[in-house]
Amino acid sequence: MNNFSYIKAASVQAAIDQSTAGFNVKYIAGGTNLIDLMKYNLTRADTLVDVNRVQENKDIIEMENGGLRLSAFATNAQTAYNPLIERRYPLLSRAILAGASAQIRNMATNGGNLLQRTRCYYFYDANVPCNKREPGSGCAAIAGYNRIMAILGTSESCIAVFPSDMCIALAALEAIVNVEGPEGSRSIPFADFHRLPGDTPHLDNNIGQDEIITSIDLPAKGFSKNYSYLKLRDRNSYAFALVSVASGLDLDGDVIREARIALGGVAHKPWRVEEAEDFLRGKPANQSNFRQAAEMILKGATGYRHNEFKIELAKRAIVRNCMMALNPATQLPGAQPSV
Amino acid sequence: MSLLPSVGQPVSRLEGQLKVTGRAQYAADYSIPGLVYGYVINSTVTKGKIQRIDTTKAMSLPGVIQIFSHVKRPSLAWFNLQYADMDAPPGSPFRPLQDNKIIYNGQPIGLVVAETFELARYAATLVEVEYEQEAFDTDLNANLSNARTPKIGMATMLKPPPPRPKGNFEKAFSESLVQVSAEYYHGTEHHNPLELFATTTVYEGAGKVTIYDKTQGTVNSQLYVANIFGLKYKNVRVIAPYVGGAFGSGLRPQYQLFLSVMAALELKRPVLVTLDRSQMFTFGHRPPTIQRTRFGADANGRVTAMNHAAIGETSRFEDYTEVVVNWSHMLYPADNTLMQYKLVELDVFSPLDMRAPGGVTGMHAIESTMDELSYQLKIDPLQLRLINYAEKDESLNRPYSSKELRACYVQGAARFGWEHRNPEPRSMRRGNKLVGYGMATGIWEANTLPARAEAIMTTDGKLHVNSAVTDIGTGTLTVMAQIAADELGLPIQDVTFSYGDSKKPFAPVQGGSFTVSTVGSAIKTAGKALRKKLLRIAGKVGDGVFKKLELDDVLFENGRIALKNDPLTSISFVDIVAANDGNPVKVIKFSVPNVLKLKKYSRAAHSAAFVEVEVDEELGVINVTRAVTAVAAGTIINPKTARSQILGGMVWGISKALREETISDHHFGKYMNQNLGEYHIPVHADIHDLDVIFVEEKDDIVNALGAKGVGEIGLIGMPPAISNAICHATGKRINHLPIHFDNLL
Amino acid sequence: MITDYPYKQTESSTDFTPRPITLHINNAPVQLEVLPWVSLLDGLRDYAGLTGTKKGCDHGQCGACTVICDGDRILSCLTLAVMKDGSDITTIEGIAHEGVLHPLQKAFIEHDAFQCGYCTPGQICSAIGMFQEGKAKTRDEVKELMSGNLCRCGANTNIIDAIMEVKAQMSHE
Repeated sequence: MNNFSYIKAASVQAAIDQSTAGFNVKYIAGGTNLIDLMKYNLTRADTLVDVNRVQENKDIIEMENGGLRLSAFATNAQTAYNPLIERRYPLLSRAILAGASAQIRNMATNGGNLLQRTRCYYFYDANVPCNKREPGSGCAAIAGYNRIMAILGTSESCIAVFPSDMCIALAALEAIVNVEGPEGSRSIPFADFHRLPGDTPHLDNNIGQDEIITSIDLPAKGFSKNYSYLKLRDRNSYAFALVSVASGLDLDGDVIREARIALGGVAHKPWRVEEAEDFLRGKPANQSNFRQAAEMILKGATGYRHNEFKIELAKRAIVRNCMMALNPATQLPGAQPSV
Repeated sequence: MSLLPSVGQPVSRLEGQLKVTGRAQYAADYSIPGLVYGYVINSTVTKGKIQRIDTTKAMSLPGVIQIFSHVKRPSLAWFNLQYADMDAPPGSPFRPLQDNKIIYNGQPIGLVVAETFELARYAATLVEVEYEQEAFDTDLNANLSNARTPKIGMATMLKPPPPRPKGNFEKAFSESLVQVSAEYYHGTEHHNPLELFATTTVYEGAGKVTIYDKTQGTVNSQLYVANIFGLKYKNVRVIAPYVGGAFGSGLRPQYQLFLSVMAALELKRPVLVTLDRSQMFTFGHRPPTIQRTRFGADANGRVTAMNHAAIGETSRFEDYTEVVVNWSHMLYPADNTLMQYKLVELDVFSPLDMRAPGGVTGMHAIESTMDELSYQLKIDPLQLRLINYAEKDESLNRPYSSKELRACYVQGAARFGWEHRNPEPRSMRRGNKLVGYGMATGIWEANTLPARAEAIMTTDGKLHVNSAVTDIGTGTLTVMAQIAADELGLPIQDVTFSYGDSKKPFAPVQGGSFTVSTVGSAIKTAGKALRKKLLRIAGKVGDGVFKKLELDDVLFENGRIALKNDPLTSISFVDIVAANDGNPVKVIKFSVPNVLKLKKYSRAAHSAAFVEVEVDEELGVINVTRAVTAVAAGTIINPKTARSQILGGMVWGISKALREETISDHHFGKYMNQNLGEYHIPVHADIHDLDVIFVEEKDDIVNALGAKGVGEIGLIGMPPAISNAICHATGKRINHLPIHFDNLL
Repeated sequence: MITDYPYKQTESSTDFTPRPITLHINNAPVQLEVLPWVSLLDGLRDYAGLTGTKKGCDHGQCGACTVICDGDRILSCLTLAVMKDGSDITTIEGIAHEGVLHPLQKAFIEHDAFQCGYCTPGQICSAIGMFQEGKAKTRDEVKELMSGNLCRCGANTNIIDAIMEVKAQMSHE
């Protein structure tokens, strides 16, 4: 970790002013990923602007369109345990609680969750090639130990996975990310927030250097009756997903009015395939339809030497999670498989 | 009324209060005025030479005191022998900062010392190193053709080579009615105690140092430091009362000890060197091992032929060995055996004993093979063990000092409900999950080493006992106090035990489940000598009632010596010490195991592990829903702490079978998951219902306590019991550990 | 926020002047002089001399450094001391009151819920934080919500037993 200057910002605007005025300024909120990376000397900053004291409302705001607005500066735990979220967006609540540990969720903020970096072994080791860390150096994961890597949307430059759980639910819920920057504010649909690696894997998302996430909007539709989040990993808790699935179903009896399915642990961003969701519309909620949707979602998936298994695992996880969504009451702590 | 013996009581840990209040001090917890911080620089290449090391930028930072490297270090002992510690395998020990050669990835090549930890860590990033790289090999699988017989050395005494072949294995195997052969792969594992390795060295002037070290042997660290730095033994004091887990990693002095002492001597300041978690992967580890078993049995289920061959990894500079293949013939009396063990040298650091070294590796293969035999023979796995029950150790043709394994099988099976097992694989279900029952045997040798202990009767009639031994979380403090209390007939409240200090009487490294036996025996011996001495002094007091009496003539109870035939005639310890001119009565005793007697017997703790798994077959998710381990380990000094040792071993078994592995990338010759986020040890959510039984076992031979250690035995049966249960649940036998989802899809 | 490209070789701040901060540790104000790069964990251990809080990984992967900060259990290794200027912090040294152990500390001793003791301060602070959160009802939920605290000795079942016993006592009160 290098030596840096530290400034507390009292408002979003003050933070942006600090950022544009300085050289290599980073915002810090929860710090759970940034400090980790700085200790490994993988990320450096000349100045950290602490946005935790930003005075803007950290509470959840009810919007006129029936949705909710989450503060980017609220913690993951505050969000997951908020009664409005528990009641209207339980899928989001469960996804958040499947991530990290209670302590980390008490620190990590919603905005930071969107910006966390990959857990690829090769990204975290400064002494091996990694295009994400050092563009042009190559991707050691492709020919290396790639069991945890991506199977969808990969490129010849990068097969890293985006590690968030919360974002998988946000993708399924079609959230909107509100950011502010020197040029003013803008709103980014969730599907456009994160990027695929392509030949610029160093860019995880489409937010500018000085921009700051201020809030996340949840559309009115919360799939609060039939939802499930399933996370498959190498231990029962406190581990990143090999495959995770967020499912939200809107049912009319046993017929699907609308379905949302997002996959985590398989790509450089939360993975959704609208074609599969369209396919499910108007169909009975059963294993075989979910399996067909799963085939569509995994279309084009490519395994590498050690992660071929993820393709079939993801399909089965989709089917199981959609079945779990039919009866959310049976779900277990820690997003474990049930039913 | 005489006091109940302390031995056998579930006494809570005597240091418990300190541990739950944060007052137990570990090696990095000493706030010493003027303390400076060392941060280690590690090689980023696997093999080659350092061509240039430039510290200019780092040294220019205010507060950076010194940067040590092979070009900037004091002259050091250069004999290999002087770097050899008590646990050094045959070969030439690693010598930090010796020269510019890089022999493994992560090798320490420098130490930044600065006024603060943060500054040292930052300065380390500014040190520029250029290497000339050389080709390397770190892949065991790719180098099996280079396997060779290990060298013999001092360490071989506790790690005997494979037993000689018996009968004609090949012929007997080919003629067996039922044959099972299989290959097993175990990957690299790292001990990862939760405490980071750390050493605080306080320079006391005049060639004298006090060292707070993370170690399993204070005397081992003391000798190592004195030898290398040319200090007098008496001027090197190593203190380690609290050790935050070790599991074998502290059996040898690690490089932070060397670097901390070197810096403190050079700078004449107190220096703390703490490794970070990734550096915890840059010294010893459990080696990857490949095994092959071939067992043949007759129609009655009698195993007639056994071949067990193993190839393990070692470094280029030392021949680290494990006892992997010696176990099957201790347990099963086949007439035809062939046991083979070889090593492959690779460009890695020397492996290092890790909880149940060799035993947990070998027994996984042996007990999985036995399980497979049971299916082929259509004999219940437990029944198969009973059919092949060895009344003596056939591998060395000698009796056991005690062996209540049969009771482990019977009691464990009853507690577990083994009779509810449907022998058919895939036949048992719970909801949408497959359920499997598996069992396996465990065995671990019960060794005793020489040790010294001091016992002191103080002026207030209390007993004080001293040993250099550590307590790595095993409960050593508590059980030693219990043993000592009984020797003098005192309540445990009247006993103190000082330990974890090289100034105290000699104890060997703590490990291998031999500490209770070794140090406990020394304390017992010292206790007896103290009783004699107290009785002799008592004989000089007053009217001489106690004159010329033997220990058999008197009782030691309630802080007094009393006549056996007239208990009302007694003298208090306080009065005896007063009669000793008011000086505390002290004895120091050396206790040496009776080798002539012991070598007539095989001595081992045994266990039987029973495991239930639930498998979500569609998704590959496996849970060990419950497990029972029944243990025969002689006298259990403290059922509470011993149970915890077994529970800990069982958790390690779950971890080994289903969770932990060090991932290597052989293109780079390095480990890729050098952190606790990706090196998965179990979390609370992984651990379900665990149960422990201690069966009665009387052993008059193993040592005067009749006690066998319990540090390893809880682990050994678990991995095969788990993989056998998975096989029962799913019909799939998976022979490489850990077993992940992907293996079941 | 932390997208790191174009990779800038930064001229690190050469200002090594510590700044004063006040932490309210175990109900007492403690003034420290720290640079911004000092983690709360190192601030507690190296600067405030409170070494009960342990460093097991320094990267948020083991839970040994858990403390209670402004009512929430957090990992002191993943935050900076300067970020907690003015905060209330309870460490393991502040769990017992006037020499009387907290019921959970007693339960840990009674259940032998530790071996080496290194993860213990973090386990205890974390469990107390969990009690305050009030979200864990069943044993399975306790296990899940305590999973951020690793125990390498394998005292897991004893730790959960101790926590469940105290939880039951609390619900009777």
